[in-house]
Amino acid sequence: MLCQNCNQNNATVHYTKIINGEVDELHLCEECSKGIDDFDASFSFHKLLTGLIDSVQAEPIERQDDDIKCKFCGLGYREFKKTGRFGCPDCYNSFKSRLIPLLNGIHGHNTHIGKVPKRANQEIVKRREIDRLRNELDILVREEAFEKAAVLRDRIRELEGQLGRE
Amino acid sequence: MAKWLNDTGSEKDVVVSTRIRMARNLEGYRFPHGMSMEESEELTHEILNTMKNFSGNGDYRFIKMNNLSPIDKMAFIEGHVISPGLIQKPDYSSFLLRNDENVTIMINEEDHLRIQSILPGLNFQGGWELCNEIDDFLEENLDFAFHGDFGYLTCCPTNAGTGLRASVMIHIPSIVLTGYANSLVQGLNKIGLAVRGIYGEGSKAVGNLYQVSNQTTLGDKEEIIIEKLNNIIHQIIIKERTARNTLLGTKKDELEDKIFRSLGLLKHSRVMNSKEAMVHLSNLRLGREMGIIEDMEYDDITKLIIQIQPASIQKDIGEDLSKDERDIKRAELLRKRI
Repeated sequence: MLCQNCNQNNATVHYTKIINGEVDELHLCEECSKGIDDFDASFSFHKLLTGLIDSVQAEPIERQDDDIKCKFCGLGYREFKKTGRFGCPDCYNSFKSRLIPLLNGIHGHNTHIGKVPKRANQEIVKRREIDRLRNELDILVREEAFEKAAVLRDRIRELEGQLGRE
Repeated sequence: MAKWLNDTGSEKDVVVSTRIRMARNLEGYRFPHGMSMEESEELTHEILNTMKNFSGNGDYRFIKMNNLSPIDKMAFIEGHVISPGLIQKPDYSSFLLRNDENVTIMINEEDHLRIQSILPGLNFQGGWELCNEIDDFLEENLDFAFHGDFGYLTCCPTNAGTGLRASVMIHIPSIVLTGYANSLVQGLNKIGLAVRGIYGEGSKAVGNLYQVSNQTTLGDKEEIIIEKLNNIIHQIIIKERTARNTLLGTKKDELEDKIFRSLGLLKHSRVMNSKEAMVHLSNLRLGREMGIIEDMEYDDITKLIIQIQPASIQKDIGEDLSKDERDIKRAELLRKRI
């Protein structure tokens, strides 16, 4: 494949951006990639990331951007955009509305479904458990194992009740 | 040096090592790049106090980064025991190293904690269990920064979610020689895997060694991330073995010549820089993979690949050496060991 910029050398640097299913590809030779900020020879992921942060932010948010600050560490969103690094875990809450498109841009997803720490907020643990039991319940109903399903249904109701009270 | 290579692992004709890394942070502290010295000391103290009660997998020793000489630091990096990021703020960072060096718990790298396991050959399951056991213990005793939607919160959003990076180092000379390396790298990138040289981000692929890892950490369960990578690596292993057989069928004489020339140079040179040594050690490994060279184990060659690196040479000799001196000592070491 030839470089999209000079059309002379072989393209050796490939950048694929997938945002909400839209695929954007860029194929460049090493020489041409040096001319673009996002692509230096070391192909730094942080540099790419700060480019991504800009591109996924909708314009209206940008305009009203009078720099939100993290309530815990005081880091401004503008500073985060420059470095691609948060100041503390609380930044995720402070910048939450802007993070969903960003995480979608990076990971293609915005919700964690993996491990949950045992000491995490009990609400998260219970919601996870309810989701898991619902999936199991669906399977049992499909298999017409109604007695087992009834046990699960009661357990789900109990957990939902606990959540309602908290 | 590279003690972790003494462990067992499979598919060693293609896979050099398997690494699992988990990024974790504690609630109530700023991330390392912005924290004060006091905060850093308090955090380190909290982690060490917790780890004191860890009775799980083996004994650990505590190493403070600013107690290490520059050569020691670099030698740990060259041995893949710590990451280059850990030496950025030496006054703040430290690590716990398990005696067999298979497990490192890095404190104040980019994140408060980086739990890493490294094992020879292909061994995702073993590596995952090692890290997970420590993670399970720590999360029972410390408040990890965690969000219901975003998962484990990390300094850089590219690690958020599971905080999990699984990677393998592969040696694929036959794929390179048959001209498929570029398309392999492109293909891996397209399916969301990162491909790098052996010393991580920004490093070049030398000696036909590549590191393949998951690029995304959010949206899949840990086991699925590992399984997907494992499946892809198995395909690469098959591709490499097929390419190797093709080469043996079509270019055996050329290959034998290449391998024995490298063997000759490794056995008799008096001066050798690390890049040249890597090329010849890669050829030696290819010879072992093809059954042309039989009296060296894969892990011995991997050990040499680490031991010929600049800092490791100096650590071995026990003194600072200029580049020219290193090249002489490197050739000496290779003559002795091959």
